[in-house]
Amino acid sequence: MTIDRRQFLKLSALGGGAVFASSLAGCASMSAGEPDFYFVQLSDTHWGFSGPAVNPDARGTLPKAIAAVNALSVEPDFIVFTGDLTHTTDDPVERRKRLKEFKEIASGLKNKTVHFMAGEHDAALDNGAAWKEFFGETHYTFDHKGVHFIAVDNVSDPAARIGEEQLAWLKADLARQPKDARIVVLTHRPLFDLAPEWDWATRDGAQAIDMLMPFSNVTVFYGHIHQENHQMTGHIAHHSAKSLIFPLPAPKSQPKRDPIKWDAAAPYRGLGFREVEAEAKDAKYDIKEMPVVKA
Amino acid sequence: MSVDVQRRRMLCASTGIALCAALGAGLSARAEEKVIRVSARKFVFTPSEIALKKGEPVVFEFTTQDVFMGFNLPEFKTRSDIVPGKVMRMPLTPDRAGTFTFLCDVFCGDGHESMSGKIVVT
Repeated sequence: MTIDRRQFLKLSALGGGAVFASSLAGCASMSAGEPDFYFVQLSDTHWGFSGPAVNPDARGTLPKAIAAVNALSVEPDFIVFTGDLTHTTDDPVERRKRLKEFKEIASGLKNKTVHFMAGEHDAALDNGAAWKEFFGETHYTFDHKGVHFIAVDNVSDPAARIGEEQLAWLKADLARQPKDARIVVLTHRPLFDLAPEWDWATRDGAQAIDMLMPFSNVTVFYGHIHQENHQMTGHIAHHSAKSLIFPLPAPKSQPKRDPIKWDAAAPYRGLGFREVEAEAKDAKYDIKEMPVVKA
Repeated sequence: MSVDVQRRRMLCASTGIALCAALGAGLSARAEEKVIRVSARKFVFTPSEIALKKGEPVVFEFTTQDVFMGFNLPEFKTRSDIVPGKVMRMPLTPDRAGTFTFLCDVFCGDGHESMSGKIVVT
């Protein structure tokens, strides 16, 4: 039996989940033969974090999220982790221990097609050296059913720069794409100035956005800010994901970006992962936010 | 009479009014330069609150004996690296009153996210 994902999402939404539709302009050259598909985005797991006031189940939340993904009624085509897999540490030995433990836990995913990205907590203190030992390159591309995915590293440089070398790589990759290609950018920090006062920006992100601007079908999925956020720069949509360790306040909603405290009456509130459905027909993405544990 | 002023008068006499005016302005600005010294260490700026006057030019001097850091004042679109063992200078003339957040924009470890302060311009 063929399962209609869109119908599935609509039915799921009736159960309380929110569906956010990211409409994009029509895509003339979209291959009519490409099927819909969906993937799962997890982000900011911060393995190794300790702070009972904001998450007394710091070591249990990631395994619960893995179990929740494994329990999805329709298996995703693939899974992405958009950075901050581990919580930062000055100790290189401890950093590798956390990365190793994270990788072991993530290996519990039933779906073995998993794309990992680094966050500044993983990579900024050693320019990504330890992270690469476990997961390979920090920037890369892959193609899936007519969509070109570009993973951009804006964290290995502690100054939050993509850097000239990677920007040149991005430019060369984009030069090979038609202007109406379906492009999804995966990254950790926002590429635009969401809240520079809170370090929620990429110093040279505007250069990447300028390079992407000539392309009519570009969507960015990122992490870093530990909450859902949806913004446009021109025709490019940017969607940030929830965290799996603690939520942060809305951008610039208070003087400091202190983590939101754990609410015993509503455990895991503000945490979660998301399903992203790529619809071939309309070149758009439907997003469904998922809790760590179902109420 | 200071050496600077003597030199200024001699130059004025010999090089004309236009050059004199330009040189005078430069010397005047230098004489009025107010220096704000800020030291950085994991994960605090000292001082973390700085009072400035609207329209009054200042020069920040940043130092650290710790790791490479950054000072970013987004509202004024200005920043400086903070390099261990060096004095890094950053000029600023606040053109509006208010309270403005500054932060470290170079990831420096667990606690980086809380490394910030504020400038109060009156």
